[in-house]
Amino acid sequence: MAAEPDLKIELGKQGVFVTTISEIYNWGRKNSVWPMQFGLACCAIEMIATTMARYDLARFGAEVFRPSPRQADLMIISGTITKKMAPQVVRLYNQMAEPKYVIAMGACAISGGPFKQGYNVLKGIDRYIPVDVHIPGCPPRPEALIHAFMTLQAKIDAQPLTGEDRPRHLDAAAQGEFPIPVQGAHDLEPPVNRLVWPLPAPAVIGDSENCG
Amino acid sequence: MKSAEEILAAIQSALPEVKVELVVNASPSQQHSLRLDPASALAVAVFLRDDPTMGFDYCSNATGVDWPDKEVTEKVKVSKVVDGVEQLVEEPVKRIQSGYLEAVYHLFSMKQGPGNEPGPVVLRMRTVNRTDQVQLPSLTPVWRSVEFQEREIFDLFGIVFTGHPDLRRILMWDEYEDHPMRKDYVDPDDYEYEPTPHDEVLKRAEEHKTKTAEVAQ
Repeated sequence: MAAEPDLKIELGKQGVFVTTISEIYNWGRKNSVWPMQFGLACCAIEMIATTMARYDLARFGAEVFRPSPRQADLMIISGTITKKMAPQVVRLYNQMAEPKYVIAMGACAISGGPFKQGYNVLKGIDRYIPVDVHIPGCPPRPEALIHAFMTLQAKIDAQPLTGEDRPRHLDAAAQGEFPIPVQGAHDLEPPVNRLVWPLPAPAVIGDSENCG
Repeated sequence: MKSAEEILAAIQSALPEVKVELVVNASPSQQHSLRLDPASALAVAVFLRDDPTMGFDYCSNATGVDWPDKEVTEKVKVSKVVDGVEQLVEEPVKRIQSGYLEAVYHLFSMKQGPGNEPGPVVLRMRTVNRTDQVQLPSLTPVWRSVEFQEREIFDLFGIVFTGHPDLRRILMWDEYEDHPMRKDYVDPDDYEYEPTPHDEVLKRAEEHKTKTAEVAQ
């Protein structure tokens, strides 16, 4: 990254290996992302298939699914999040140690999917916790999950260790814990965490200028 | 397999004091059902399970139905002065037929085996209204299999089963107050972000937009 690529190659020819702290640090991080052993619905079946011999997620350094949030780096939201389950998902996310990442797998985890208008389904987990990679699909194929995983690796690899864009675990002021929604009389309260889901209301619905 | 009429006749001869009514299904399936009086439902259920000619030992399904209040128009003869002469005139009168909640049970007989086909024996029970008198006797003491299903009916329709061993919500959380499968259930106004609204969602999203615009003003 910081080292000049040409100089690096030239020195390499002379038998000198040059690297930077951030390069080797991120290389280590991106190749040992351990997911949490945690399935929510039918997408979990595809997630399990991804870890098995045919697709073999172990090639990417993610072979160990940890049954404890304390030992996991990655939360794969694999399936529908019901409003009854959402507080537990946020709690598990809070219990994970930094650095931690989230892949929202499938239509339900992104937006509620086919159950969006249901009375008991959360319209996407990104309303409560920050999501790094979204994968569409119902369910996404294992290749799509692997692609999401590689996208996450690329994201980790590109993170500078200092400055504005440094990862959360190197930023003492960054928000580490996210409020757990309370199960209220009619809905989850609050229905959305504004700090992680700052999406505005859709500009103009059914307006002529937007339809064209 | 006995028809609903035969079962009704058997119940009436065995338990003459009990009120049971045949609910006719006019569709081609002809799947008639038996409407039990909540006061005597338990006695009928025990008879259907234990009588050797019946032997309905398996309740495969219990579910709920919501029948909201509906307006019915009836023709009533009213004496009226028409052109100076008193006449009997038929006039349409509108009246509100009060709604009720219904629990439906599907019975099969394992003892009688494959001769049991086709289809279940359907039992129905109705509450008095949809608001305060929503109690029905639980059939869990008779068929243990309906324990969770009666909890689900309680959760989603709000029928209170008296005599149920563990009547709690099963799908929604305990703090929840609504009964989402009722026809008049309105889901929370969570239509802020609808990237591809259409039909009902479009309507709700527009309502949400005007509402938030009013609040902002």
